Amino acid sequence: MVRTVSSHEMSPSTEAWAVHATGLRVKVGKRFAVDGLDLALGPGVHGLLGPNGAGKTTLMRTLATVIRPEEGRLRLLGHDVRGRGSLRGLRSRLGYLPQQFGYYPGFTVREYVEYMAWLREMRPDAIPEATQSAIDRVGLTDRAGSRLKTLSGGMLRRAGIAQAIVNSPDMLLLDEPTVGLDPEQRIEFRDLLRELGLDRCVLVSTHLVEDVAAACSDVVLVDAGRLVFQGLPADLARLGEHDGVGDNPTERGYSVLLRDHRSAA
Amino acid sequence: MTAHVSAELLARYAAGELRVDDASTWPVEAHLEACAGCRDRLGRLTPAPVLAMLDDTRAGILAIAANGPLPVRRRRLRRLVHRWATWSMLSWAVMTATAIAAAFLMDRAFPARPSLVLLLAPVAPLAGLTIAWSRHGDPAWETIAGTARAGVDLLLRRTVVVLAVVFVPLTAAGGLLGTDPALWLLPCLAFTAATLLLGGLIGVGRSAAVLGGAWVLVVVAPALVTVRLPVLVQTGSLPGWIAAAVILTGLALVRAGDHQRLSSWN
Repeated sequence: MVRTVSSHEMSPSTEAWAVHATGLRVKVGKRFAVDGLDLALGPGVHGLLGPNGAGKTTLMRTLATVIRPEEGRLRLLGHDVRGRGSLRGLRSRLGYLPQQFGYYPGFTVREYVEYMAWLREMRPDAIPEATQSAIDRVGLTDRAGSRLKTLSGGMLRRAGIAQAIVNSPDMLLLDEPTVGLDPEQRIEFRDLLRELGLDRCVLVSTHLVEDVAAACSDVVLVDAGRLVFQGLPADLARLGEHDGVGDNPTERGYSVLLRDHRSAA
Repeated sequence: MTAHVSAELLARYAAGELRVDDASTWPVEAHLEACAGCRDRLGRLTPAPVLAMLDDTRAGILAIAANGPLPVRRRRLRRLVHRWATWSMLSWAVMTATAIAAAFLMDRAFPARPSLVLLLAPVAPLAGLTIAWSRHGDPAWETIAGTARAGVDLLLRRTVVVLAVVFVPLTAAGGLLGTDPALWLLPCLAFTAATLLLGGLIGVGRSAAVLGGAWVLVVVAPALVTVRLPVLVQTGSLPGWIAAAVILTGLALVRAGDHQRLSSWN
């Protein structure tokens, strides 16, 4: 089928990185949850790993522009997000699935995804088709007319993923998207991630090291608000070949990195 | 528009002699897309087997359209409600209307006591703002907070709905009691604008609690104890309320960008 290519799709990217943070510090309450983080992310699927309380969710929220960083420099898709200026232009190019993903129980899946598309300021005539395609991609086609309160946990999570991808965002942030998915759905979700990461920046925060090893082109490991490691999943596995605790090389590599980082600190 | 396709070229195209990879195919197709006249000529040149195939295809498509899934019903009213309000605001609307009705009945029963409708009017929209724009009132607050319309657009829409819901019973009560509409309208607007303005800094819910609590403690409670209508809700204070409403609304609009972040939902 012939499709019109928009000028936006044809325009050359003017930024080397979708996410470029230097010396980023983000305050949550009285402490810095992100404390001097340097990070540069380009296109691809990036897996964000780290122990509980490492600042993953705070980092995701900061990148979703819902919290303002205290210090440092942060550029997202070429926009400086520290100023007071409007974030509308940037936000219509973002997709975000928060960890505590709230929803309206009375909405049907289609209504919910359409509503989120409208909130992201998509063109009104593009919304119905984009909604249907997002619902198809997460495999909820036969439940599109069901109310959200009748869905299982895994289906809800997939509805959440559908609302995050409905505007085909240039930057996609998924905080713990695989919670509640069964093994088969997780494998399908990894395929979707690989496909989405071909031409955009996808950042997936997760506790499941095997998700990262399977679907991500890049691993970002943070601890105590700082960057510990950024590299290929294979590098992580290599570190864990002969050392560390865990059931597979990637998990062992993860534990080796954290141990070394903590003993150096 | 490109030049019309020559009869010879069109005949070769219709006969299938021009292949997809032929360099002259592309200009022919580009022209046909835009020119009804040449499409008409092509229709007359098309060989019978192709026409038969087209008829079959048409019948097939019509059959799918007739038997396939029906288009999803557009529910315009629901969509309109979703874009302007949240369902959780409904219970608040009922509660506020009831409170204003109760205040009206009290005022009518005891005309000598300070008017409860006037004392209630400034803070009537505040609970509605808390429901419309807080992490307790809106379950999808974090998902919404990161979208383009969050902040200015969505908050102002919901504020308009809150004010409209408050104005209807207040107009009715004020009209039946014969009070000056400006006496409840201006304080109502000034308090709404002040809540939004302060809410950009500390969160709309907290701001509503602070301002509403202050009004009740400083104005309503003394008025009920002393049984005197405070100066603030008498005609003499109107110039002050006009100034407050205009300035605070202006400031709230200028600072509407503050509501783009999560802190506004506290």
